[in-house]
Amino acid sequence: MKTCLIVDDSKVIRMVARRILEGLNFAIAEAGDGQKAIDACRGRMPDAILLDWNMPVMSGIDFLRQLRRMPGGGDQPIVVFCTTETDAGRIREALAAGANEYIMKPFDSDIVESKFAQVGLV
Amino acid sequence: MRHEAFSFLARWLKERTGLVVGAERFYLLESRIAPVARRYQLGDLDAVAEALRQGRAGDFAVDVVDAMMTGESAFFRDGKPFDEFRSAILPGLLAARAAERCLRIWSAGCAAGQEPYSLAMILAEVADGLAGWRIEVVATDVSRELIGRAREGLYTQFEVQRGLPIRALLHHFSQEGDRWRIAEGLRGRVELREFNLLADPTALGRFDVVFCRNVLLYLEPAVKTAVLDRIARLLPPDGVLYLGASETVLGASDRFAPLPGQRGVYGLASASAPALRERMAVRA
Repeated sequence: MKTCLIVDDSKVIRMVARRILEGLNFAIAEAGDGQKAIDACRGRMPDAILLDWNMPVMSGIDFLRQLRRMPGGGDQPIVVFCTTETDAGRIREALAAGANEYIMKPFDSDIVESKFAQVGLV
Repeated sequence: MRHEAFSFLARWLKERTGLVVGAERFYLLESRIAPVARRYQLGDLDAVAEALRQGRAGDFAVDVVDAMMTGESAFFRDGKPFDEFRSAILPGLLAARAAERCLRIWSAGCAAGQEPYSLAMILAEVADGLAGWRIEVVATDVSRELIGRAREGLYTQFEVQRGLPIRALLHHFSQEGDRWRIAEGLRGRVELREFNLLADPTALGRFDVVFCRNVLLYLEPAVKTAVLDRIARLLPPDGVLYLGASETVLGASDRFAPLPGQRGVYGLASASAPALRERMAVRA
């Protein structure tokens, strides 16, 4: 079973995303900010990360830059941003930092499934 | 709405578009047509039926048809058919057309343009190798409203996230507020036309590939057979037909046969088609 770490400071979003991804057969771990996500990745690197941008303590983009420098965090895991940041410039910034796909909130299960399929996770 | 008005509207739609509206879709029809009734200040659907019965045509009739068209679509819908088009069907056809340097594709039932623009994106990827070629994508839909939206090429955030990879979005669209507009370069590659599949498509010309996905499933069997017959006549011996994931030619037409190793892709079942199937089998 593939694993996905859901990183979002909203408990509601984490719950919605968990339901969708469990439906796609992922085992789920959760983190409420970028720093907690770093800790989680040090413990066990997931196959995929669904990543919010704006969070307290450490933002998603800062987390991603650190992740890509971590041992075993360079090419894997696959990172899919999931954020209310919808400006094309922001999307380019995320891709340049090593994101594989990008979901603009609000999202639904179709969008998550379509994006995860595009990066070969489903 | 009275039963008699429903029957009339269902019959009218079938004659005009081939669309089947069974009794179980009474409420669907009611909810779709009600806004048209309001727009034309007709009290209810009985009045809409009465107006059509008296021969009211023009924009009113167009709007009634448009209201019933789902417009449901997605960029690179279902993914795989487009991957295979890119990796197998298109290279095979380009090799076979190296002498004529001409390739024509028809997107029949193109909704708001997602399918033809997806094809235009795939063609753009191989554009460097196609200098001097005449590549045409003709996209048609019976709905004037949808063709208008396709021309506009402006999509919501939801629409551009269904099937479209984020890099393709950044590459081929520009942001306008919370919407995304298809690049003029792609827009210009697609010829958009209002066209009813019940009509004779001969004037559209010959096509090497026809995409007619998720259209036939709404049509009554006899109409489906007739549409497939007319498409078959537009194809060269090695032409290709794409149907939707849940559609088949089985029981509807014996003019097409599935291509080996592909789902929803058909070649002509005529004597000259084995060459194409052989070509596909080598790649499969």
